Amino acid sequence: MLSENKDFVTAIELKGITKIFGNVVANKDIDLSVRQGEILALLGENGSGKTTLMNMLSGIYRPDSGSIFVNGHEVSIQSPEDSKRLGIGMIHQHFKLVDVLTAADNILIGSKEEGLFLKKDRYKKVKQVSEKFGLEIEPEKYIFEMSVSEKQTVEIVKVLYHGADILILDEPTAVLTPQEIKKLFEILRKMRDKGCAIVIITHKLNEVLEISDRVTILRKGESVATVITSQTNAKELTELMVGRAVELSIERPETGCKESILSTHHLTVVNDEGVEALSDVSFELHRGEILGVAGIAGSGQKELCEAIAGLQKIKQGAILYKKEDIGGKTPREIIKLGIAMSFIPEDRLGMGLAGSLGMADNMMLKSYIDSKTPFVERRRAARLAEKVIDELDVQTPSVSTPVRKLSGGNVQKVLLGREIEANPNVLITAYPVRGLDINSSYIIYDALNEQKKSGVAILFVGEDLDVMLALCDRIMVLCHGSVTGILDAKKASKEEIGLLMAGHVEEEQRNE
Amino acid sequence: MNNNKASPHIKREPIARIVKRPDMSVRKTALLYLAAIFFAIAAGGVFILVLGHNPFTYYATVISGSFRSKLSTRALIRIIIPLLITSLGLTVSFRMKFWNIGAEGQFIFGAVCASYVALFRSEGLPHFAVILLMGIAGFVGGGMFGLIAAFFKTKFGTSETLLTLMLNYVALYLVQYLMDGPWRDPTAGGFSKIAQFPEIAWIDQIAKVDVSWIVAVVLVAFLFVYFKYTKHGFEISVVGDSQNTARYAGMNVNKIVLRTMFISAGICGLAGMLQVAGDATTHTLSTGIASGVGFTAIIVAWLAKLNPFGIVTVSFMFGLLDKGCGVAESTFNLSGSVADILQGIILFFILAFDFFIQYKLTFKRAEKTAGGADK
Repeated sequence: MLSENKDFVTAIELKGITKIFGNVVANKDIDLSVRQGEILALLGENGSGKTTLMNMLSGIYRPDSGSIFVNGHEVSIQSPEDSKRLGIGMIHQHFKLVDVLTAADNILIGSKEEGLFLKKDRYKKVKQVSEKFGLEIEPEKYIFEMSVSEKQTVEIVKVLYHGADILILDEPTAVLTPQEIKKLFEILRKMRDKGCAIVIITHKLNEVLEISDRVTILRKGESVATVITSQTNAKELTELMVGRAVELSIERPETGCKESILSTHHLTVVNDEGVEALSDVSFELHRGEILGVAGIAGSGQKELCEAIAGLQKIKQGAILYKKEDIGGKTPREIIKLGIAMSFIPEDRLGMGLAGSLGMADNMMLKSYIDSKTPFVERRRAARLAEKVIDELDVQTPSVSTPVRKLSGGNVQKVLLGREIEANPNVLITAYPVRGLDINSSYIIYDALNEQKKSGVAILFVGEDLDVMLALCDRIMVLCHGSVTGILDAKKASKEEIGLLMAGHVEEEQRNE
Repeated sequence: MNNNKASPHIKREPIARIVKRPDMSVRKTALLYLAAIFFAIAAGGVFILVLGHNPFTYYATVISGSFRSKLSTRALIRIIIPLLITSLGLTVSFRMKFWNIGAEGQFIFGAVCASYVALFRSEGLPHFAVILLMGIAGFVGGGMFGLIAAFFKTKFGTSETLLTLMLNYVALYLVQYLMDGPWRDPTAGGFSKIAQFPEIAWIDQIAKVDVSWIVAVVLVAFLFVYFKYTKHGFEISVVGDSQNTARYAGMNVNKIVLRTMFISAGICGLAGMLQVAGDATTHTLSTGIASGVGFTAIIVAWLAKLNPFGIVTVSFMFGLLDKGCGVAESTFNLSGSVADILQGIILFFILAFDFFIQYKLTFKRAEKTAGGADK
């Protein structure tokens, strides 16, 4: 019934949607439409308003003006409940699942139609729905036993179970390995062929080209174009997304330096929950090199950074800096040695910056203690802040504006800028371009390369494999807290890294 | 399948929606707060009207009552001093987002420690040394009392709010015990009260007001500098903002929490010492020594947005209400508790206006016409 008229029925149509938060226009007069049996990619840089727009469809926000049509009827979506009733299902970037419940229970949770009591046949019902759409799922398995991609499948089955035929996926590939991404795309194609309308939010061009039928591009809250995927290419899409032509290659200067400065030996770390987050990690970091750290989110990247910075207790093994064990040192002693860490957490502020303080105050976060009087040297910090504003092109009304009020990209520049200004010998940087627009990302890559050329050893924890392959000298892959391989970035391929991320131990190295 | 899903048209709009507003200018914010106070006084006026009195003459009495004679002005200053100092003390921990609501207990315990010096350790010492010793006893005593909550917070992650709150009662009943038992004045003829301090333990007076106010003024200036320009002040802001960030920056968070709480509670204890040694009407310790100052101080610190100079203003306002309503009590035969009610109303209005500083309401109908004009 669905496939008969799939070319004609518009599942969702947005007309003139505007949404304003305070001073910020998140969406301005946006038109968009998705047909049944079609995959639409919503492309745009972070902060271009993609998620805001889709949250209005899922009932989390309400538009300030404009109208929404679902299957040809104008509707007003006041709550997630309304959205569900209209057959819209959103799969958020961060899964909304209860760890200690089974897949089936997570799927049925909160649905009024199921009545007050859990029924025994619920596993069978869930299984039936998943089979109908050709999805593999074990309804009786607990969420905490699942891999990221299994969890994502549960989320998809959840919206399908409730009868959704309009699916919205927010950055679904961010947490998956290349192999898992392939699997997800197969599922999405299957759904499309069954007549579902699918919107996939992303900022990765290759994925857009691979999966979508049409692309709508947002830039700074406005929809700049909608193109048919088969008639476009990566270059054109980037230009539409950024607003001008962009050179898409990352430099990798050769320094020829081989002196080891930091190394870990059989490092084992137990995190705050008592789980072994790193086990038997050994690697060497050289002056003038960028060592990439790849892995699925939560494979021990955070604990590795924190262990080196002295913020995590080491259970076993040693961290040597210039042949000296820094395992038992306090964070302040480690800072004094010239080891700088900038970790960009998902909320961007949690560690490294004090959000309610201004940029100047944040500049002296680590160095305030060096002042010889009981007073802080705020004027010096302000000068430093001005310097970072110049060098990294930070957009801020003043050096005393709370950094919480800056946009994500600028917050990151403040953080990285401070670490670079501290003239470190070792620079640990985790997700430095997380959520940055293309231009800002390149400013950061250049800054890192500058450091590398001056002999700084850089540990670069990253997400985007394409970037890491171009920027890093070597790439170390983590899986469940263990090193599954250290590859030469000039020779490695994405697939190779993907396999290591999924836990396949590098064979050649083991044979040596 | 699709068609019947959309057929029950969902098309209902709420009347008004809450929208975040752009940042307000300082001037506008100040005006809004002034308006809040104005509305609070107006609302209080309605309340007084309901009770059958003329609000204008009532308010006039409140103001004139505080300044009608040198005596009442002195009494007003005496009311403001403990409130001001205690609020300053609380501000220290509040700036670190450490919710110390035990100022009452720290105030009392500081007073107890100072009283101990005055009653049992003052013999043979010069006046200056006794006062200094009492001050140290008050500060350190209050500080240690506050440290109890901070210690358990840093060690076991207990809630500082609950612990400081409960310790208030510990301090209060400690005074009751001392009055009934060990410190009871044998010459009081059966009354359970503590003897008046020897004169050597009385704080000096200038123009019949004890010099405690000088301590208050010095503290205001000191804390202003402490918060804004010192390493300690910087650490307090960072820890208050994010403990993770503080740890990352190499700060010893536990040490900072303990130290800050000691200073905060110490200042509250010092306020207690100044009360027992400075208040000319008593010069001794009793269960009524704090009489809720530690709780009012929480409100004062918040209304002043944790700014030392703001605290001076708000304490003055609250002292005025307290004193004025006390005077009006006899004139109008209306309980002095009206002061508490008015303070409460002011707090409510300021809180309500805080909401409007951040948000505004937009009405659907107005928006529709605006949208229509665009087309």
